[in-house]
Amino acid sequence: MLTETTREARILAGGQSLMPMLNLRLARPELLIDINAADQREPAIEGGMLRLPALTRHRVLLEHHLVREHCPLLAEAIRHVGNVRVRNRGTIGGSLAHADPTSEIGCCALATGAQVVARGPAGERIVPASELFAGYWTTTLDPAEIITDVLIPAARPRPGWSFQEMVRRTSDFAIVAVGAIFNVAERTRDHASATVALAGVADRVVLADPELVDDDPDQTAARIAGSLDPPDDVHASGAYRRRLARVLVARALREASARAAAL
Amino acid sequence: MSKRQITLTVNGRDHEVWIVPSDSLLDVLHDELGMADVRYGCGEGVCGTCTVLLDDEPVNGCLTLAVQAAGHRVTTLRGLMGPGETMHPLQECFLRRGASQCGFCTPGMILTALDLVRRSARQGRGRPSRDEIRYALVGNLCRCTGYTKILDAIEEYADR
Repeated sequence: MLTETTREARILAGGQSLMPMLNLRLARPELLIDINAADQREPAIEGGMLRLPALTRHRVLLEHHLVREHCPLLAEAIRHVGNVRVRNRGTIGGSLAHADPTSEIGCCALATGAQVVARGPAGERIVPASELFAGYWTTTLDPAEIITDVLIPAARPRPGWSFQEMVRRTSDFAIVAVGAIFNVAERTRDHASATVALAGVADRVVLADPELVDDDPDQTAARIAGSLDPPDDVHASGAYRRRLARVLVARALREASARAAAL
Repeated sequence: MSKRQITLTVNGRDHEVWIVPSDSLLDVLHDELGMADVRYGCGEGVCGTCTVLLDDEPVNGCLTLAVQAAGHRVTTLRGLMGPGETMHPLQECFLRRGASQCGFCTPGMILTALDLVRRSARQGRGRPSRDEIRYALVGNLCRCTGYTKILDAIEEYADR
């Protein structure tokens, strides 16, 4: 349908981002394609990957035993997404395709090294989350492509992890959010393997440069915050966001490392 | 856009309604079917006044299209009431505790809280704590009560 129409078309998944944009007249597509009935698959583990069908609702991410076991970072981050009604309808694929720069889910996708399966007229391809986001509410996907699955490496041995977020009201968009994964297996004497992703600090969710990460949480946080140039908006100034990034990254690294040590 | 006819099952009763595909479930329930217990608040899914149960799960009526509800069960606050519109026990707790003042948020509060209490019981977690109730209600705004009496009412119901 996306290739057959000449009209502006949007795909409607859970609708918890697109429907407010329609109600506020921020988006006025001529055609909505409702995919909610297209897929009833459940989360599964396949070849060392947690496979989440794109229409997996946030509620399922929060409660499903496979997500809690293999991607606890995501299960925790989902607590910060919307309210109970939003989580009942919102989907992981829709959220990633919406590409909000403050997205908790986008942040977790980067931190965990997730990939999306994108299907278009030319067939299927795998897009790493690190190559998915192009800017404010924009992905690198072709307009005729659709996300069908999200693949997250099922961590083994289980790494330490932490999700930190600052908001003015619970359930609101993040001012700054940080997801960190601390991998015990890859840890060497002088270099802790930690992956840090941030939301709310740029025109998209971002992955911190691995070169900036070492064993010292405060130094690492200062280097990462120094590498950012967050925009000002009505919710917070760029300087405040950079300060938050520094505080939250340090907290995230401490908590992730403590969790890794406890395992 | 041309109108089409769909059947909506609301509170156990089928309603045949003519709608345009862009009508929200809230538009149809409130404006077409005259259901005053489903209310327009923010239109963004933030305030909770348009809460309905779709196949027993709370959803935002303003963020769901009416066509998406066809073939599913929709429950509004009135659907919880007994024969002759006798009050649901949670409504009685709200009344007894003074948890409702202007009443605009009350249907959404009750549907969301009831889902929490039922879900906790079903998942073997027992009675939700006050913090869990607070967390479940972050998307239900009340501008009158200050929330304390609402939490009291829900705790009283959960303790039954």
